[in-house]
Amino acid sequence: MNFAHLVTARRNPKGWHWTDIAAYAYLLLGVLLMFGPVLWLILSSFKTQASLLEFPPSLLPMSQKEITVPGYPQPLPLFTVTMEDGTTRELAQVRRVGIQAQMIDPANSGRQLRVPIDKRVPVRQFALATENYTEPLERFAFPQFLANSVFVTVVATLITLLINSMAAYALSIYEFKGKNAAMLMVIGTLMIPITIILVPVYLVVTKLGLVNSLWAVILPGAATPTGVFLLRQYMLTLPRDLIEAARMDKASEWQIYWRIVMPLTLPALAVLTIFSIMWRWNEFLWPLAVLTKTESYTLQIGLNAFQGELQTQWQYLLAMTVMTLTPVAIVFVFLQRFITTGIANTGMK
Amino acid sequence: MTGLQRLIGERRMPYVFLLPNLVFFGLFVFVPIAINFVYSVTGGPALFPSERPYVAADQYSYLFDCGSYVDPNTCREDHFWRGVYNTLFFSLFQVLAMVGLSLLTAVVLNMKIRGRGFFRAVYFFPVLLSPVVVALIWKWILQRDGLLNAAITGFGGDRILFLTEPGWAMFWAIFVSVWAHMGFYTLILLAGLQAIPSDIYEAAEMDATPRWRVFWRLTLPLLWPNLIVVIVLSLIRAVQTFDEVFVLTGGGPGTSTLMVVQYIYETAFSNQVQNFGLAAAASVVLGIVLFALTLAQLAFTQRKSS
Repeated sequence: MNFAHLVTARRNPKGWHWTDIAAYAYLLLGVLLMFGPVLWLILSSFKTQASLLEFPPSLLPMSQKEITVPGYPQPLPLFTVTMEDGTTRELAQVRRVGIQAQMIDPANSGRQLRVPIDKRVPVRQFALATENYTEPLERFAFPQFLANSVFVTVVATLITLLINSMAAYALSIYEFKGKNAAMLMVIGTLMIPITIILVPVYLVVTKLGLVNSLWAVILPGAATPTGVFLLRQYMLTLPRDLIEAARMDKASEWQIYWRIVMPLTLPALAVLTIFSIMWRWNEFLWPLAVLTKTESYTLQIGLNAFQGELQTQWQYLLAMTVMTLTPVAIVFVFLQRFITTGIANTGMK
Repeated sequence: MTGLQRLIGERRMPYVFLLPNLVFFGLFVFVPIAINFVYSVTGGPALFPSERPYVAADQYSYLFDCGSYVDPNTCREDHFWRGVYNTLFFSLFQVLAMVGLSLLTAVVLNMKIRGRGFFRAVYFFPVLLSPVVVALIWKWILQRDGLLNAAITGFGGDRILFLTEPGWAMFWAIFVSVWAHMGFYTLILLAGLQAIPSDIYEAAEMDATPRWRVFWRLTLPLLWPNLIVVIVLSLIRAVQTFDEVFVLTGGGPGTSTLMVVQYIYETAFSNQVQNFGLAAAASVVLGIVLFALTLAQLAFTQRKSS
């Protein structure tokens, strides 16, 4: 039983208490504030460059209607024109000469009309500027950034799963000398975020000859204390009899780990997989420090470089931002339950 | 692997399983901590420690050389101190807003409402967005001809240059960071609220205790351990703030939203002269602060579990 029920049950079993109304108002405001900005990004990403420059901006992506008129090779822009007698007509503009525009009636293309430009208003229609999405894929290094991000995310996640599960296996199934020291080391690394060892990690990576290689992004974060804890916690709950039985059957330790413990740990491995994908896809500070060549940029670094240019090409930037958040959004929609319970259980992200 | 076991014996196998992780931790965490100290007591532009002359505590005294610590203008390394004060200001208000809003949201989500799962997801999803994406979403809204200015002029106001006025830039840095992360803390607090046994509330109902008293006298004390975790955790994160603010404002206008981590990054990697020693000294200072905060968190979580 919770408060709302408590209060409503006592005072008015069927009606609404003001706190219920306030709660829903707060939640709806939340929907607006949390979803609104993302929705605005998506709507804006489908606008043409010209309509992005409009102020105040239109809500939906609109662009000027164009029409093909016999006798003219190019499609002509369509305007609503207020005629001298006060009536309005839809005319296509052939060209603009100073403050006059030469226009024709699309239905009767034989006769040209001269119209002052302040008497005409563009005819607009809903249109998605999908070229914002297709052009970056052709013109910029965007596909390279995308490939780099996918490579980093996939390879790093595989390495993380393998080595963290091995460590978790050792720390959960065995008793051995130095186990406590090993646990302390793992806890210790929790306290050392990359922010405070940027320079020396850069040195290590340089010594290994990895600067500007994607391995420089992949390796330093591959062993994670969060991952070890998450998997160890889960492995501790596995029945020991199973492992003892396998030993009786002369299974080697590696076989026990790979064939018995790993399949049983799948739920925890799934949570770590999701976490790792999120960490790697979104990682920023370290790649920013270690990747200095455009061809090795990940998506996040590429986006940041693109937005930092003097003339920001917002129409492409917005579309690339949408493409960057899409994989994460898909993961979220399908795996929300895993993520939220994972965080609630570990208190980490 | 089976062959390896035959070679070294079953008893040594745990070490084999531990080895890869420990190599990674050693190479990318423990060795770097040691080297960081070496950097902070050596000078010059060289990257390799063997080529760097020993300067004792010069980097630290340079960093702390101030006429008056309350006025960054009197410091030799004024950017560092601006970073320190900006980070303190940012952390204080960000943590206050973060804890207050996530507590409110968790309490509301814990009420008997329809569509709780949906609303929880609404508040949570920005947690998964990358800092670059978060910053760009808001930069687009806050820009001169953006949605917010359209709304303001629509109501007859004047446009505000949100990201180029120091006060506004800091406000939005805090706002955006709360927007992006409050779902995470809401989730922790919601889990805490749901763990409070319901018979306690039933007892309160019997006594017809007013609702605000129930919250103040029952819910809050019972939630206190979770609340402490949220406060310390959000403080640890706030002190390390970099990416969202960096992409949103670039530390500007001027240095008005420059944070300590950005100072470290720029001193080491993006300034004309790469000053690894100074960056390492600043890292050590930041590391000490984080260490103290983490110990506080561990102390509180220990108390919670015992």
